Amino acid sequence: MDRTSSKKPALGTLYLTASHVIFVENVPETRKETWILHSEISSIEKQATTAGGCPLLIRCKNFQVLRLVVPQERDCQDVYISLLRLARPVKYEELFCFSFNPKLDKEEREQGWTLVDLREEYKRMGVPNSYWHLSDVNRDYRVCDSYPTDVYVPRSATAHIIMGSSKFRSRRRFPALSYYCKDTNASICRSSQPLSGFSARCLEDEQMLQAIRRANPGSDFMYVVDTRPKLNAMANRAAGKGYENEDNYANIKFQFIGIENIHVMRSSLQKMLEVCELRSPSMSDFLWGLENSGWLKHIKAILDAGVFIAKAVAEEGTSILVHCSDGWDRTAQVCSVASLLLDPYYRTLKGFMVLIEKDWISFGHKFHHRYGHLDGDPKEISPVIDQFLECVWQLTEQFPCAFEFNERFLVHMQHHIYSCQFGTFLCNNQKERRELRIQERTHSLWAHLWKNRADYLNPLFRADHSQARGTLRPPTSPCNFMYKFWSGMYNRFERGMQPRQSVTDYLMAVKEETQQLEEELQVLEERLEKIHKIPLSYKPGKREPSAPQSKRPGLSASTPSVGNPAADSSGLLKSSPSLSRSQGDDDSALILTQENLKSSDPDLSANSDQESGVEDLSCRSPSGGECLPSEDSGKDPDPDEAVFLTA
Amino acid sequence: MEFSELIRTGRAEALLLPGPGQSPVRGTLCITSHHLLLSAGHGSPSDLWLLLRNVDAVEKRAAGNSGTITLKCKDLNVLQLEIEGLEETLDIAGSIEALSSLESVTTSYPFFYRPQSLKLGDAEDLHPPDHFYQQVALETNGWRLSTVNRDFYVCASYPTALVVPRGIGDEVLARSARFRQGGRFPVLCYYHSINGTVMLRSSQPLQGANRRRCAEDEELLKAALAQGGGRGLVLDTRSAQAVKQARITGGGTEAKAAYPGWKRLHRPLERGRPLQDSFVRLVEACTDPSLSMDRWLSRLDGCRWLTHVKEALTTACLAAQGMDREGVCILVHGAEGTDATLLVTSLTQLILDPKCRTLRGFQSLLEREWIQAGHPFQQRCAHSAYAQGRPKHEAPIFLLFLDCVWQLSRQFPLSLEFGEGMLLALFEHAYASPFGTFLCNSEKERYLCEVKTKTHSLWSSLNQSKERKRLCNPIYSPNPLALWPSVEPQSLQLWAGLFLRWTRPPEPAQEAWEQLWKIVTEKEVADPL
Repeated sequence: MDRTSSKKPALGTLYLTASHVIFVENVPETRKETWILHSEISSIEKQATTAGGCPLLIRCKNFQVLRLVVPQERDCQDVYISLLRLARPVKYEELFCFSFNPKLDKEEREQGWTLVDLREEYKRMGVPNSYWHLSDVNRDYRVCDSYPTDVYVPRSATAHIIMGSSKFRSRRRFPALSYYCKDTNASICRSSQPLSGFSARCLEDEQMLQAIRRANPGSDFMYVVDTRPKLNAMANRAAGKGYENEDNYANIKFQFIGIENIHVMRSSLQKMLEVCELRSPSMSDFLWGLENSGWLKHIKAILDAGVFIAKAVAEEGTSILVHCSDGWDRTAQVCSVASLLLDPYYRTLKGFMVLIEKDWISFGHKFHHRYGHLDGDPKEISPVIDQFLECVWQLTEQFPCAFEFNERFLVHMQHHIYSCQFGTFLCNNQKERRELRIQERTHSLWAHLWKNRADYLNPLFRADHSQARGTLRPPTSPCNFMYKFWSGMYNRFERGMQPRQSVTDYLMAVKEETQQLEEELQVLEERLEKIHKIPLSYKPGKREPSAPQSKRPGLSASTPSVGNPAADSSGLLKSSPSLSRSQGDDDSALILTQENLKSSDPDLSANSDQESGVEDLSCRSPSGGECLPSEDSGKDPDPDEAVFLTA
Repeated sequence: MEFSELIRTGRAEALLLPGPGQSPVRGTLCITSHHLLLSAGHGSPSDLWLLLRNVDAVEKRAAGNSGTITLKCKDLNVLQLEIEGLEETLDIAGSIEALSSLESVTTSYPFFYRPQSLKLGDAEDLHPPDHFYQQVALETNGWRLSTVNRDFYVCASYPTALVVPRGIGDEVLARSARFRQGGRFPVLCYYHSINGTVMLRSSQPLQGANRRRCAEDEELLKAALAQGGGRGLVLDTRSAQAVKQARITGGGTEAKAAYPGWKRLHRPLERGRPLQDSFVRLVEACTDPSLSMDRWLSRLDGCRWLTHVKEALTTACLAAQGMDREGVCILVHGAEGTDATLLVTSLTQLILDPKCRTLRGFQSLLEREWIQAGHPFQQRCAHSAYAQGRPKHEAPIFLLFLDCVWQLSRQFPLSLEFGEGMLLALFEHAYASPFGTFLCNSEKERYLCEVKTKTHSLWSSLNQSKERKRLCNPIYSPNPLALWPSVEPQSLQLWAGLFLRWTRPPEPAQEAWEQLWKIVTEKEVADPL
């Protein structure tokens, strides 16, 4: 087998296993491995046979592209047929998460599923309170099968009102609380579109909105935001659906936002990925292609909607009801962006998991359909949550100190949304997950990410920072420039295109070292204190035999002035030769391994410019060892950085 | 000339309208010979001290009994002042216009600026003219220091001390100079100590339509090749077509037959008017509030600026790769050899030579490859992106260089000792500065104006310890390897810190920088050893 990456071909062997495609290079020293989960494969393409063999193109959902050349046509056909089947599982049981075993005992696994607790989360927001309560109306999914059992609604909304309202909404997704702002009492509620057609009304639905508005006594009106383009919403009226008529609902302000539907987004991503795959594009090819894909325009539309809602809630103190058509794609995007802007908690590592659990998993975002976990309708597939993750990334670029997590966290989360290695994102809603007993049979991604949280921290984050406190306010106009192409996501397997040195890893190493030094200092100070506390046995000039057990005998030798309370510990540090040696050891442990990738091949045309000063700082595995081999193998210093034309 | 003749009104009441994230300042506006001062009184920190040389364009608008002046600065800042009194507005605008466009070098502010913390001439030893030669001499005996240009007679734009092949006498240099535009004969600009290859630069040979040759010029390049390993590559920064046209007006390039061992490669780089236009269009696009997201990227592309960045970096990589991998000597020139040529030679050194990536080393590189090498700063940086009217000699080639360095620093964030603050400072000072470092077009002019004895050096100001936090990269860790940047479009970004500096709120980036320093300083505190 032959793998031709875009730069440098490598010979190797391809293995197909029950769960992975594995490519092992023939280079004896490294035997670099590329692991790909079957569920990550998005398409397989067999191209016309050439003299060298039969080319096979494997595109992955995490934007990796594998170009293989199989010498034998028949082998290639076999691999192709096998992969076609393996990449399209039809039963949940075929997914990797049901066989994945990270060697945790039952208790640990169960604890993993309790890490994110939404009742706790609503409590943190200040709910239940005198206006909002936890309703049991959806017990056993009686009202809405794509909603969770726990639904928070205004206290004044009776079961009768909720039932009535749900009958007037697409798929019975009635207005329910997504976010509550303690400071202003304003809330963000979400639902699906009303079945208003051209003239239909529903008294209970009108009462439901009244109840939401009254739950915020500080404001005498509320916004109703339809995240669709106006034209789409109007077209829905012909099908008996549509949007709220301002005349029928008391004191609402109605607003369209204009985010395109899943089909537009799917084709936009497709166009952008085609641009990413161009071989040596010019600046114009790239910029025009990116603009024509419309991708960044869509990202901006989603963020703008979030900014609008955050502003209404934080500055105007006005409650908002958000919906789109079914209220599980655009609504989820917009509600979660708004929450992220409003509440610093969601910008922490834990808070971000809670946010995804709240606005995406529990409210029935159709992970199975959107990300093609099982073989299904390709028209249902769309990068909805990818867009949300990109919105977050764009914000982290704008506000480098405001987020506790780093880019790697977002990238790994994207990976696992598709990988089906964990049960967290399985199925389309809570009801399906309960029926499949996901929590008993699979592991939680949150526990896995939490365990490895050290890899996902942003060293620049400061909880007490002005950016982190309160609402984030991205600049409004002109702000086109703030939207950048996310090459760390869409070109993440083209290592040569990424910055060759990681500030994050460097700073984390520095911080770790600082912490170690401070701990050492503390130990020394404690010991110094103990020494002071033994005045009776102390005699000047004589070594203290009863000094605490010392790992570094040099310390007591270097403290003849122990009787002097003014002796400061930093002086001790300086005067202790044994200590300095030990610190030297610490240093060497952290010294950045300089990867000298000097090539022996002086040929210019071989593009062997791998001498770039790559300092691979991450001795840690980024994502928990064997669980994520494809990501890990990506961490290997990749020497094919050749990027410019040869003479 | 008396400045007072140009100051029609020295004082007025004015209001400075706030930029993003700032508050307005109301106070007394004062015009002095070199500054505009707006003070709210009591020396408040929000006082505005604007060097008039920094003003690129003045726009005035009258409304009733008051007026608004918009000052568009060379550092791309835009200031709006509301001034009481119509006559005052017009007078002040007129005064600023006159004072900001003074041509005379010796009446410029650097000749009056006397900061207390610095001494005149204290930077003289920082970058001595023979410093580069001393470095080369440590490695090889093949080159010598020539003073053939000691009175700027052979070449008006070269410095007095030049490094040439040891076997080549001054009379050969003088004859070669006559065969090169502006007398810029080939000189050594970088010695790659890893394999002994060299980089030279010059201007175009005066080949002309009848393809003249010059034996001494050929001898000079032959000797250079002999020192550097035998194979050479002439990197012409113009297209083959442009060279053809240059021949008609007496220019040209090295004929293969005349220079055995030298191959030739054309890598057209933009310069002059088109580059200035590109800069102007980019600044317009970055400040256009009516631009929608649909059209932002095509507008960005239409500016061509990032294409120029990509081309410059690609060409420099090519030169560096040739030297480092193929072991060939490189001669870089375009036409005059004072613009794109210097862009390529300086970037190549930054890629290959770790010494250029320190704070001092970078200053030394700028001093040698830009200032002493005769980049005409005064002409190229007379106006920035806002100036009205047809540009004469303006071109942001130095800014393009700084942008390329910024791209390098983004891809190798640990490998440069200086940070974005340094690059921004250099941009500002190249266009308007209280220091003499970027004054004039050549060493000869600087000598005649006595710049070095009558003005302060930017370097001594930047090297003060109080500037460290602004200019230095806290996470620098020396990297002995070459830095091969990616030049894929996905890897190159718009330099937001410069082009969007005044349109986006500055706090987030500032906080990130402070946090970076804090983390590193905390470690230093915890680890006193």
